[in-house]
Amino acid sequence: EERWYRSASGAPLALRRRQHSASCRELALRCPRLRLRSLSAATSAAWLAAYGLFLLTENSTVLSAAIIITMIGLIMYLHFVKIDQESLLVMGSLGIQVTSSYASGKESTTFIEMSQVQDVVINEAIHMQKVIYYLCILLQDPGNPQGVSEVVPLFQSSKPRLDCLIEVYKSCQEILEQRKMAPQSS
Amino acid sequence: MVLKVFFPSCCASAESGILIGRWISEQNSAVILAVVHFPFIPVQVKQYLSEVQQVTKVSISVLGSWSNSKHDKEESLNEFLEDLGTIFSHEPWIQISKEGNSKFWSCSTLQKHSNDPKEEEIFLIYYDQRKVMLSHLHPPLETASSTEHRAEDASKLSAIFDTVAKSKILFMTDRYDDGPVKLTHWQSDGVEASIIVELLKQTSVPACMLLTFLLSLVSGVCRSRVLKFWPLSFLWSNLSTCEQLGHRLQHLQVISSNRKAQNQSQLMRKANIFVSLLIDVALGMLLMSWLYRKNRIGHLADTLIPVADHVAEELQDLLQWLMGAPAGLKMNRALDQVLGRFFLYHIHLWISYIHLMSPFIEMILWYVGLSACLGLTMALCILSDIIALLTFHIYCFYVYGARLYCLKIYGLSSLWRLFRGKKWNVLRQRVDSCSYDLDQLFIGTLLFTILLFLLPTTALYYLVFTLLRLLVVIVQGLIHLLVDLIDSLPLYSILLRLCRSYRLAAGVKFRVLEQQDGKPLRLLMQINPLSYGSVVQTYRLPTYSCYPKDSWTSLCKKLFLGELIYPWKHKGEKQD
Repeated sequence: EERWYRSASGAPLALRRRQHSASCRELALRCPRLRLRSLSAATSAAWLAAYGLFLLTENSTVLSAAIIITMIGLIMYLHFVKIDQESLLVMGSLGIQVTSSYASGKESTTFIEMSQVQDVVINEAIHMQKVIYYLCILLQDPGNPQGVSEVVPLFQSSKPRLDCLIEVYKSCQEILEQRKMAPQSS
Repeated sequence: MVLKVFFPSCCASAESGILIGRWISEQNSAVILAVVHFPFIPVQVKQYLSEVQQVTKVSISVLGSWSNSKHDKEESLNEFLEDLGTIFSHEPWIQISKEGNSKFWSCSTLQKHSNDPKEEEIFLIYYDQRKVMLSHLHPPLETASSTEHRAEDASKLSAIFDTVAKSKILFMTDRYDDGPVKLTHWQSDGVEASIIVELLKQTSVPACMLLTFLLSLVSGVCRSRVLKFWPLSFLWSNLSTCEQLGHRLQHLQVISSNRKAQNQSQLMRKANIFVSLLIDVALGMLLMSWLYRKNRIGHLADTLIPVADHVAEELQDLLQWLMGAPAGLKMNRALDQVLGRFFLYHIHLWISYIHLMSPFIEMILWYVGLSACLGLTMALCILSDIIALLTFHIYCFYVYGARLYCLKIYGLSSLWRLFRGKKWNVLRQRVDSCSYDLDQLFIGTLLFTILLFLLPTTALYYLVFTLLRLLVVIVQGLIHLLVDLIDSLPLYSILLRLCRSYRLAAGVKFRVLEQQDGKPLRLLMQINPLSYGSVVQTYRLPTYSCYPKDSWTSLCKKLFLGELIYPWKHKGEKQD
């Protein structure tokens, strides 16, 4: 099912929860798409500046260089920067998979095994003049069972607010609790 | 815990039979390697499995049954399969069945000794057997260093990858062989091999032996006593060409050794060195063919003498400028004239030397250009050495100017101490007060004044020649950086990441396939390849790299005091 929340900067986000089985859940957060207004504003600003430079220098290579730079910049932005959807796939006793899919279709995935995961928590961070909440996975230190070796933050580009994070946290914890109960049964 | 069954996607259309593989009890997961078909004799199957286990050291056993019924369910077959569970006792006994062409399989387990007959959940994970067998899992770099914990928490993924990789011998028999057991796995349709690869393997052994013989001859010559005498050994250690040659000979020795590579990193290292040498020689041949066409060597030789003359003339102009009133500063006329005439005489000697050599330049260049066939790096090193030789006079001037300036600075500092009534205590390495005689004080003060007023002239000469020397050093440094890049780039690994990205795995990724209620969850496991940055970082070839010896502050301090600077340090050079 899908519900709407807001991000830290006020943009609308859609959280979709799917339960594939009793031990497997998928949580996908969809970020706002690239808007035509901002794209055309940026492109026309760049090309006006190039045209102004052309009038000054009377050199036509400035125009072709501006066109090529705008194209390449747009492609690189869509492929490396603009994230469309961030999803979390929690599989009990297998692991947690974090996927970010970019606007050009590229998907970058990281899979963390369940033996390395200590816990999933909500942390606070001071960012400029705001205090923001973020969800993160705590990885276990191989030498010290109680220690934490690394913190992996989730949903970094969509930055949802606390109400959305609480929903995601509850869903994850329901599956993580099963592994604590597992050694007692069978 | 959830029961995880790793099923190879190539066995999805196999006939009914029993499943063999490895059971990892601490993770509650079963890795299925192959399907054994009817008819078979259980004793022969057990014997075959124990033989395979002896060779691969992987505990393979019969894990369960697989039934692929194209028609309606047959009750007798089900009972037969359950009875098999009693023959091959394995806990738990996994039964997977596929009906018709349905995508959704049903999977159930039979537990005999469980005290809690709860239905545990089952995950069915498909994996591509060939890709998992060939790939190499790279642990993240931080955990690779802590090896003492490796044995305790062997990660699940590396256990699965190891299981499939070590069971290579199980995949050698295909269904056309006449053996006691009939298996289905990724190679059951016939073992593939390439003729070219086999031919290369056959020819590589005599080629390696020939190469080792030649290399032993060359290294014997290099180590002979003749080359250890002083002028030659000094030359060898200072020319970068000889270092590069030694480096490449080392590489050739690594490739031509007869021992097979023990593990993945050694194999990749050998392959990287081989491809790097090949590309180097190819680029060198290209450069050579470009140089020797249209008599470019002749043109180069013709322009070399005028360029050297031009540089010398520019230097003469510079010195004349310094001997006058450079930038409006007023120099001490006598010292100026002495230094200027001294350096002008040196330039005159240099020009006459170059003119003496001019008839032989073309021939020397022609023969030196032939060495480009040894590789592009060799050609670049020779270029750097030629630049060093041609700007030798700048180096000499820098040394003269620096020594003079250094002497002056030390004299000034010591006389300044005398001026204040102090002395440097060499024994205690500190400044002590000292009472001087009157005539000592008088002469000391006189000398201090003379040195102080001569300081601007010497400082200006020092500044000019240091800047020129730094320019030459920067150019040489850039060339060496390029040589380093060609030497250390792991081209084979990058090509492998481009073409066969499953061989270099950073991890895995799972995809959830279509679900149906009541049937186990189906996941597809794919290999997540390593990023290009980590590929280069993991497989970089070690070089004798040049990197700046001093930090910026110590470099500035040395320049201020007039000490000689050698900014690029080679690995393995003695520290002074």
